[in-house]
Amino acid sequence: MSLLRKLSPGRGSVIAVPYLWLTLFFLVPFLIVLKISFAEQDIAIPPFTALTEYADGYLNVKLNLSNFLYIFTDEFYFDTYLSSLKVALFTTIGCLLLGYPIAYAIARTDPARRNVLLMLVMLPFWTSFLLRVYAWMGILNETGLINSFLMSTGLIDEPLHLFHTDFSLYIVMLYAYLPFMILPLYSNLVKLDLRLLEAAADLGARPMKAFFTITLPLSKNGIIAGSMLVFIPAVGEFVIPELVGSSETLMIGKVLWNEFFDNNNWPMASAVAAVMALILIVPTALFHRFETRELEGKNHA
Amino acid sequence: MHNGKLSPFLKGALVVGFLFLYVPILSLIVYSFNASKLVTVWGGFSLRWYASLFENEQILSAVWLSVRIALAAAAAAVVLGTIAGLVLARFKRFPGSTLFAGMITAPMVMPEVITGLSMLLLFISLQQLIGVPTERGFFTIWVGHTTLCMAYVAVVVRSRLVEMDKNLEDAAMDLGAKPLKIFFVITLPLIAPAIASGFLLSVTLSLDDLVTTAFLSGPGSTTLPQVIFSKVRLGLNPEINALATITVLVVGSFVVLANYFMLNAQRKRDRAIAEAMRADAPKLPDVPLESLGRPGRA
Repeated sequence: MSLLRKLSPGRGSVIAVPYLWLTLFFLVPFLIVLKISFAEQDIAIPPFTALTEYADGYLNVKLNLSNFLYIFTDEFYFDTYLSSLKVALFTTIGCLLLGYPIAYAIARTDPARRNVLLMLVMLPFWTSFLLRVYAWMGILNETGLINSFLMSTGLIDEPLHLFHTDFSLYIVMLYAYLPFMILPLYSNLVKLDLRLLEAAADLGARPMKAFFTITLPLSKNGIIAGSMLVFIPAVGEFVIPELVGSSETLMIGKVLWNEFFDNNNWPMASAVAAVMALILIVPTALFHRFETRELEGKNHA
Repeated sequence: MHNGKLSPFLKGALVVGFLFLYVPILSLIVYSFNASKLVTVWGGFSLRWYASLFENEQILSAVWLSVRIALAAAAAAVVLGTIAGLVLARFKRFPGSTLFAGMITAPMVMPEVITGLSMLLLFISLQQLIGVPTERGFFTIWVGHTTLCMAYVAVVVRSRLVEMDKNLEDAAMDLGAKPLKIFFVITLPLIAPAIASGFLLSVTLSLDDLVTTAFLSGPGSTTLPQVIFSKVRLGLNPEINALATITVLVVGSFVVLANYFMLNAQRKRDRAIAEAMRADAPKLPDVPLESLGRPGRA
């Protein structure tokens, strides 16, 4: 606290630099998206109409609500939002079920080996996301690793159709987002006071019971932070459904991309983005709260 | 459950988890040495795709552009992110602090289609209002990547600052050092490992970014992920396997080395600090317990 007081004169300017940057390049752009979502597509540069018009002393404000009306009434958009949320939810559950035991196991390994294991989790995270998604194209397609293995063992006679299906979508989503689940869970579980488990064992609790009554509740912050870290970006995922998903799987990120790049309909893309951002506000606030809590927990440890 | 002893279930989880994470990467590497143009049908060992990769002008110029953007964005992100991390960890409450903390967290999770689109619309509006930026390219991509990366740097730096012993800063202040001096002499060296990993993280994030870049790039500024994406969209491509292998090897050795050096440096620094603390402490506890007439625990 004393440092804080002493810094006061220069404090404002220290805060101002990142604050202004983020306001200009992160917050203001959102407001502009909201603005453009009320515009109309136009054959012009840029390809949308102005919202305000000044003529003969009148300021005319023209808000086009049809983009939003369309999103809320057209089944295609409703289904797409629903299906994106579903894919994100199942991905999150999958990552949690697979990631929790891994994070737990790493946290319980002796410290010398722990760093190596943690680095092994980090390493794929550092290598190109795009290339890791690409790797699955070679595994899942007709002549890919899985099919050629199954054919050579004689288990199947003709290749399974795995590529461009829901199966391939989920497996690659799980693969790409798994490290995002493991890391926050690990940093939570490694802080767990093992004496609590010893006490539980001394009092006669079986390991399973101790896990469900002690470890799991205590790792709540890590679970929520990790789940949101997976869920939020997964809702808007574009690359994975585009490269390995089926053409029937509706994902909102893909729809936004197509509206923008293929149909050149910037107002519609903006409306799609605005609604998605609205849906994601609550999960983002949750993530923020639990991540902060997690970090501040270190102070008391 | 004791340290170092894992139940068969946990051991199994580790094995399955790491197989899942690494088999795809290994298969990518193996097939990059495949002579056949059909990537997944083995046609003998060959380095031909590496040769053709290094002759591919499009890929090489995209690599060069991506590297320049990544270094520039990481440099800016480290400066902005370190300040932001410091603000988050040390200032805590100030007018607008909730919004500030939210603006740090949000870029990390927001789907990139939203951030990319919104930043593009900002640049279009700015162009209409003040005439700059005149075109999309290096500058607009740099701003986008910097904004994304500084959030990660801020989080890494903040968590190091929260863990750090604040007494050192307080002591320096009691001895009359000015805040700016304290930052450069005490704080900065202590958070240097966090800044370094923030820099590396920024470089990889920037080198890897496709979606934001797609919105912010213009004709004539095609980055490496954009080239990769346009190629793999059409199907498997052996040159991409060769590229992936090189990426994995470069990044892998970098991460392993950086990890090794940073752990070492940190250990050394912590030991030095601990020793300095001990040297300053009163000499009393140095008296061996045995000489006080108590049985030793030998």
